[in-house]
Amino acid sequence: MKKKTVIPIGPYHPLLEEPEFFILYVDGETVVDMDVRIGYNHRAIEKIVESKTWDQDTFVVERICGICSTSHPFAYVQAVEDVAGIEAPPRAQYIRTIIAELERIHSHLLWVGLAGHFIGYNTVFMWAWKCRETILDISEKLTGNRNHYAMFKPGGVRRDFNDEQIEYALKRIEEVWKPNELITNAILDDPVMHARLKGVGVLSTEDAIAYSVVGPTARGSNLDWDVRRDHPYGAYDKVKWDVCVQPDGDVFSKAVVRLLENFESVKIIRQCLENLPDGPIDAELSEVPPGEGIGVHEAPRGEVFHYVRSDGSNMPYRHKVRAPTFMNLPSFKASCIGEEIADVALITASIDPCYCCTERVGVVDKSGNRSTLKEADLIKLSQEKTELIRKKLGK
Amino acid sequence: MSLKMKAFKKSIWVYHIACSPCNNCDIEILDLLTPRFDVERFGILLVGSPRHADALLVTGMVNRLTKPRLIEVYLQTPKPRVVFAFGSCGISTGIFAGGYNTEGPIDKVIHEVDPEGIVVYVPGCPPKPEAMIDAIVKALKAL
Amino acid sequence: MIDGIKEQKDPNFYIDDIKERFGEKILDTAHPRHSRIYILVDKKDAPEIVKYIFYEYAGRHSISSGVDTPDGVEILYHMALDNQRDIFINVKTLVPREDFRIESIGKDIPAFEWIEREIHELFGVEFVGHPDIRHLLLADDWPEGKYPLRKDFRKDF
Repeated sequence: MKKKTVIPIGPYHPLLEEPEFFILYVDGETVVDMDVRIGYNHRAIEKIVESKTWDQDTFVVERICGICSTSHPFAYVQAVEDVAGIEAPPRAQYIRTIIAELERIHSHLLWVGLAGHFIGYNTVFMWAWKCRETILDISEKLTGNRNHYAMFKPGGVRRDFNDEQIEYALKRIEEVWKPNELITNAILDDPVMHARLKGVGVLSTEDAIAYSVVGPTARGSNLDWDVRRDHPYGAYDKVKWDVCVQPDGDVFSKAVVRLLENFESVKIIRQCLENLPDGPIDAELSEVPPGEGIGVHEAPRGEVFHYVRSDGSNMPYRHKVRAPTFMNLPSFKASCIGEEIADVALITASIDPCYCCTERVGVVDKSGNRSTLKEADLIKLSQEKTELIRKKLGK
Repeated sequence: MSLKMKAFKKSIWVYHIACSPCNNCDIEILDLLTPRFDVERFGILLVGSPRHADALLVTGMVNRLTKPRLIEVYLQTPKPRVVFAFGSCGISTGIFAGGYNTEGPIDKVIHEVDPEGIVVYVPGCPPKPEAMIDAIVKALKAL
Repeated sequence: MIDGIKEQKDPNFYIDDIKERFGEKILDTAHPRHSRIYILVDKKDAPEIVKYIFYEYAGRHSISSGVDTPDGVEILYHMALDNQRDIFINVKTLVPREDFRIESIGKDIPAFEWIEREIHELFGVEFVGHPDIRHLLLADDWPEGKYPLRKDFRKDF
């Protein structure tokens, strides 16, 4: 059996036995086992919110993740409304849906850009992030900020849209379609992409169910699960759109799911803006009675789940938050084992964790030799593999 | 002013380290590389190792696991060095103040190992890319 | 999986079926609104009933929550019935302080593995048979016996 030692590059202190983020156990180039350390982002949010009021809690959960900054408030305010037994007024539901779908597009484009970078297609990175700027402009016009929109509150939304904003958004959302089409076709038609992404990091349907994965990770493995349709909320049951499912469970399938979802999101936003009902934007919730409630939302990465328990006071007795990556990340064991180190960056990216998760990776080979790879090294390996494939195909 | 400082001011190589952030500041930092903002034309270059950096772009409230990492990276950065503390979390730990896993803010951790360490504060949640560029330019002038 | 279960949208079907199947093991049920069912069970029966929902109802394990109360730690297993059924079945059980252990489901179904690690390190509940009960979120040098999400936790270190 060939022994392999990986050359350490980057900050590696021999005396500081720190826990790595990802640890790969390898035999040659093949991953035989994998482990992950996720405490790097643990900020004690569930404890902190026990001493914040119900309204303040919304702002705290917004900052759980900067990319899905709407998703957590969306699920949380619904959990509070579940306890109180009220519903937000229709106009508020439509506004919530518009913001959530804008976030979906920007998150998927961000992901597409990073995935493109990982495999050496830097033009995809630049296109995707340029298109993303359109979404951020619309968000800024509608809510006042590029991210962390501060739009949600238990009972409704905090600010309304006026006609000028709606007109601006309707006009500019059309600018997303063509670039998304370009990128989608680039991936679907390019034989190098097919060779690079198909069959890589397969998560079987059985494994996907056993790990209870969510979002595009589940839909890319032939599971027809989408919380927007299965547990309806917002305006999702009032507009026409389709759930995107792909059968093969590989990185290619997950990429296609995300790109197709962007088109569906544009359709949802268009319909919501054109049919925005009149009326109040706030149900004016003044007290949260004792009880428990659940709120869910289909974030770009999958289902966000919030559970709250109230004892009738002005602060939550318990607020459980579960982000989608918590369910998806353990499934890398099933999708990475048997794959090459050069594909690890891509496979973990296909689950779409928060990007700083892939900062440091430890590698342990069969004789227990240990080294550290930085994200830059993994990306380099990944890009080199694409080059090899390109040469083989004569492109 | 020393020759070293003059050379330091012509262009600035930065290393990005995330210390338990929500990632919003980090995404806006990545945004700086895209064609719209394109900081490379100012000579601001993102490097892959703190050993090559003049400045550290630090985000996040610094928790128990990331604190030793931040200290390690800071000590590996050669002098003269500057730390940019981004966002409300970086400056004051913001909403995470008093949490059981909170070890920040960034200046507290840096000054533990280097009381003379220079820290630049860039407020916002997150600071807009324009604000980040403005901060870097202003800091260089003041140095 | 029960035949045709993915088309079964009536919450009362599930409540009746579970009561029939498990009889006295079901201590109490609550159905505050259409899409929310809460079932109270004893901790020795909880894993069996949760697995029944997972396999027979094609339930997805959304997550489990620990809640510290004066009587002990309550664990709620939140099971989602997707495929347009729009129901959450929440299995609630109490783990009393005097007998602070419960059988692990993570040893049989991977979807429960991580959350049992989290509830263990944040509340102190012991999951009997868990394959890998290391710290998940907290630093390895976190002091023993200090469980942050307990109501009597003090950061005195």
